[in-house]
Amino acid sequence: MLRLTRVGGLLARRATAGLSTGASRMASHGHEITETVDMSKPMYCDRVDTPLPDKPYKDVLTEAEKSLKQKEKGPWGQLSKEEKIALYRLMFCQTYPEMKRRTDEWKTVFGGIFFFIGFVGLVVWWQRIYVYPPRPKTFEDEYMAQQVKRMLDMRVNPIEGLSSKWDYDKGQWK
Amino acid sequence: MSVPKPMMRGLLAKRLRFHLPIAFTVAIAASLAYKFMVAEPRKRAYADFYKNYDAVKEFNAMREAGIFESARPSGE
Repeated sequence: MLRLTRVGGLLARRATAGLSTGASRMASHGHEITETVDMSKPMYCDRVDTPLPDKPYKDVLTEAEKSLKQKEKGPWGQLSKEEKIALYRLMFCQTYPEMKRRTDEWKTVFGGIFFFIGFVGLVVWWQRIYVYPPRPKTFEDEYMAQQVKRMLDMRVNPIEGLSSKWDYDKGQWK
Repeated sequence: MSVPKPMMRGLLAKRLRFHLPIAFTVAIAASLAYKFMVAEPRKRAYADFYKNYDAVKEFNAMREAGIFESARPSGE
């Protein structure tokens, strides 16, 4: 119970914060009048996962649209195809195929990805020249050969691993 | 618009009827593959290695290579 009231209090505070910023926006910009939306009322949305939005798309109807809505109250068989489509467009802005149309966004996404990978490549190159310390001597070929020889002398993994691949009688790799 | 009534029941059972035999077959096949391609060869490799393994001979070879601190090569 306590948790519910606390969540309700947070939501109320967030709603009032939204309203007050809207009012301050109208007061500060005297010349440009941005159309403020009252977010406390149900809103329309074109969303694939919400088939029935909170309110119809068109609220204010012309006379012709109002008469069409009256006709809708009768048998639907008497509506023509154009009337049915008009009624649909009154209720919804976009159809599902229109909502799900493919876009070219992927080109922007991949372009951005490659651009930033390229930029990071330049950064790494600069780092290799100006930041990296000198290469440790453990990476020299002679040093690494000595390491492998010592591992073979110790018989590291003689059954299935490193030493099993070395022929001890001939002194060479199998 | 007359659309035939869709299937209302038995959807999970239908899916299981199809997928459960496949799942069991794949699981059993995976385990058999592992047994015969990984486990058995490994057991054979170990058995072959230790069949004619002379520990003292190996130790002396390692000693001569000079890797031990407390058993130096016989020359020193």
